[in-house]
Amino acid sequence: MNLQIQKETEGNTDKLLINGEVDAYTAPKLKDTLISLTEQKGREVVVDLSGVQYMDSTGLGVFVGALKSSQQHGSSLKLTGMTERVHRLFDITGLTDVMNIEAHTKGEVR
Amino acid sequence: MNDFIEMTIPAKADYVGVARLTVSGIANRMGYTFDEIEDIKIAVSEAITNAVNHAYSDGQQGFIKLAYEVHDDKLEVTISDEGQSFDVEETKKEMGPVNGKALDQISEGGLGLFLIEALMDRVDISDKAGVVVAMTKYLNRDGVDDSVDQYKPARSQ
Repeated sequence: MNLQIQKETEGNTDKLLINGEVDAYTAPKLKDTLISLTEQKGREVVVDLSGVQYMDSTGLGVFVGALKSSQQHGSSLKLTGMTERVHRLFDITGLTDVMNIEAHTKGEVR
Repeated sequence: MNDFIEMTIPAKADYVGVARLTVSGIANRMGYTFDEIEDIKIAVSEAITNAVNHAYSDGQQGFIKLAYEVHDDKLEVTISDEGQSFDVEETKKEMGPVNGKALDQISEGGLGLFLIEALMDRVDISDKAGVVVAMTKYLNRDGVDDSVDQYKPARSQ
């Protein structure tokens, strides 16, 4: 299983759709993509995690790094569509307080 | 007699997924719940990722040994490398949830060990020669009702 990253750009906003597994093998690709986007001043980066089937601390590290990058460069980072599993990881590690995470969309099929 | 499964993989990130599939198969066979299996997969991946990142210096081709011992009531996983040890006590001081920390104090790589301890029931890390991470997940059969129980795979002979 690999990781697919799809990008949709609309005006100032880049939306990334992530599908697959985020681990030590696939994370560098995600990191490169996120860093290059968050380095652009004023960009709004939205990451849709609904297609993530597996993630571990390597993935958490990528998002922490991207958040740091966005704060340094004056862009923004938002995470959406997290499954309960992925949300739990952010929760256990306390990252829910730090990251900008959009809650589950109402009416979403669980 | 407990079943014992052993596997050696190159210390490369490329094989973390393979190890994850293996342990997922073992845990599934033992009858863990979906969430428990996901927890075990993460813990195993974290230990391997740790070894991949820290055990061997660049250019040095190292290996990681994975051992799974299947008991009636628990799964014991031991992940060991023969590379450079890191100071477990020192690393533990830096780990933990990020609660209340400022963003620049959060280490991007320091959450792995913390997650292993949070997701497994028993964790023992030794750094005498290489790093050995021994972890146990108990199989809680009480929480499973009978209707689910009958779909459990047969126990080993």
